[in-house]
Amino acid sequence: MAWKRKDLLTTRELDAAEITLILDTATSLREISGREIKKVPTLRGKTVVNLFYEASTRTRTSFEIAGKWLSADVINFSASTSSAGKGETLLDTARNIEAMSPDVVVVRHPSSGAAELLARTLGCGVVNAGDGAHEHPTQALLDLLTIRQRKGHLDGLQVAIVGDVAHSRVARSNIYAMRKLGMTVTVAGPPTLIPPQVQELGVKVAHRLDDAIRDVDVIMMLRLQQERMSAGLIPTLREYARYWGLSLDRLDANARPDVLIMHPGPVNRGIELTPEVADGPYSVILEQTGNGVAVRMAVLFLLIGARTAQEAA
Amino acid sequence: MTILISNGRVIDPATGTDAVQDVLIQEGAIARVGRELARRAEGAEVIEATGKIVAPGLIDIHVHLREPGYEYKETIESGTRAAAAGGFTTVCCMANTDPVNDTRAVTDYILAKARAVGVIRVYPIGAVTRGLAGKELAEHAELAEAGCVAFSDDGRPVMNAELLRRAMEYTLPFGLPVISHAEDANLTRGASMNEGVVSVELGLTGAPAAAEEAMVARDILLAELTGAHLHVAHISTAGAVRLVRDAKARGVRVTAEVTPHHLLLTEEAVRGYDTNAKMNPPLRTQADCEALIEALSDGTIDCVATDHAPHALSEKEGEYDRAAFGVVGLETALVLLHDRLVRTGRIDLSTLIARMSHAPARLLNLPGGTLAPGSPADVTIVDPEREVTIDPRSFLSRSRNTPFTGLRARGAAALTLVGGRIVWRAA
Repeated sequence: MAWKRKDLLTTRELDAAEITLILDTATSLREISGREIKKVPTLRGKTVVNLFYEASTRTRTSFEIAGKWLSADVINFSASTSSAGKGETLLDTARNIEAMSPDVVVVRHPSSGAAELLARTLGCGVVNAGDGAHEHPTQALLDLLTIRQRKGHLDGLQVAIVGDVAHSRVARSNIYAMRKLGMTVTVAGPPTLIPPQVQELGVKVAHRLDDAIRDVDVIMMLRLQQERMSAGLIPTLREYARYWGLSLDRLDANARPDVLIMHPGPVNRGIELTPEVADGPYSVILEQTGNGVAVRMAVLFLLIGARTAQEAA
Repeated sequence: MTILISNGRVIDPATGTDAVQDVLIQEGAIARVGRELARRAEGAEVIEATGKIVAPGLIDIHVHLREPGYEYKETIESGTRAAAAGGFTTVCCMANTDPVNDTRAVTDYILAKARAVGVIRVYPIGAVTRGLAGKELAEHAELAEAGCVAFSDDGRPVMNAELLRRAMEYTLPFGLPVISHAEDANLTRGASMNEGVVSVELGLTGAPAAAEEAMVARDILLAELTGAHLHVAHISTAGAVRLVRDAKARGVRVTAEVTPHHLLLTEEAVRGYDTNAKMNPPLRTQADCEALIEALSDGTIDCVATDHAPHALSEKEGEYDRAAFGVVGLETALVLLHDRLVRTGRIDLSTLIARMSHAPARLLNLPGGTLAPGSPADVTIVDPEREVTIDPRSFLSRSRNTPFTGLRARGAAALTLVGGRIVWRAA
């Protein structure tokens, strides 16, 4: 099949074939990272703008490397050093960037729906690199790529997503994508961090960590933002770490020996994961980061390729 | 000046009239309603109303005219013109202007401006607390004397129950209700839509129905304690309807209004992050809509009010969570409710007219709301067959923020008379 979309905004709108196409493309592009000269001419003469309104190391760098390995020109625009600090609106900034004819704008923004807003406004491709608590599709795709590499398949796997699901765009994008690929998802955390009516998204809910991690193939731990405590959603970080933090003891007592531990980063060591787990034998956290570049190469390649094909036709 | 409205279907819920009749207007008042009045109307201007509905002028007790202070959103002139085009002859304007209508000078200004440039009747609503800050009482006695017809901090709840109790007690002698914007602000922190599966999918913070219902319950208890008349603004949940129904059955002096958007739209309208579907209280669920329609029909909800809340494009374009709350409603309320509720048989025509004229007039003790002889000649003529496509570009309001763009609906106002003067006529 061929990629048809102008934008990548959510996994909710993708079907299983589209997700598989991205993963297969990422798999074939992955070998570039092992080359001595990490550059192919595929996107030469194309321009990718990273438009980031939130702090990000991993995602921004990952898109930048992905673009550069494909020979695109990559421009980084961060809100703190730009006209956004002078009160320019998101739409105005985006329109001005578009006037400079980029092929793809990669956007991260604290408002849910910001990427969709840009996609509606701009003629160029838009990739959602995280919008509020809504979606972060490339993170889910790199998570799936990591799981598929390790397990050889996705269909039928059981996944536990643990922690602050309510505020997590990573959780939402993973839930939609995993369900479409035939995986079973259980979300777990204190009820204050589990969204209301979340079962309607097709997931199960567990309110004890030991129940959530028993017999699953993958455990995905989410980052706990410190402000959840000041907002009164949990009493203390100490209590959270004690009841919801993943330690080797808990893993050994409850989890399968071939379980994968994932985390979208950045990790709060000692809160959601002990260092022994983060750096331990079950952890695939660094593989996730490496796969991030491959998935983003695939997304840029497919989006720009679809545009080029349309222009030719 | 004599006017004869000839041969229309006169619906006047206050007098139980629903018949093809003439309406004779003299000196700005209704002189007579009956058959074949033409011979009594020598030299009268005749308004032919065959096939049309002749109703008491519509009254909207909840609008934001934005003047003084936010004239870029709306002015008293533009807002009253928009109202006239929607069939309204009277509006009551909320106090959240800049400066806030918490002193006589602001009330005087609004009334003077309305007399000078307004095309329909305008009655101001005074603030409950100074600056709407929820800290101390506004000068209610002087506001009442200046012409305010109710008290409300609309847009914000009065979170301090003791302060609201004192406001209810202090205003008792004036016979004016306290209007509650029922929202527990702690339960709605950061919220921009209804809490439910749609808010979860969109990654937006939701306001639970309980945030409204907890406050309606509290305010009913305070009305019971003080004997005050509590009016619940823009009721939006099935649970809040239940509370009002129970309170009325117990004899508590509580009334309620509902907006067209809460009757006709659900939280699904927010999908796509449509900022014109963002208002407070938020759009709820289909079950809530059903409960609201039933309650409007059976009288648990006393009246329709639009909560007309104009905002400039700059406040509505852009990120959903940063956009202003509120939608305009004056120019779409009648035609949409007629089309979606009356034409579908959900509510009968005379009930809808009662809820948009006689009931709000009685609720705030305003002139009008009936065509009984001696009443002011505030009349709305509705053409039940006139079809419109909702097009914000054609609005007389200064703002365009409607969630109903593109809808086709039948039954728009054809002509609006205030005090016997034609203030609007359909092209």
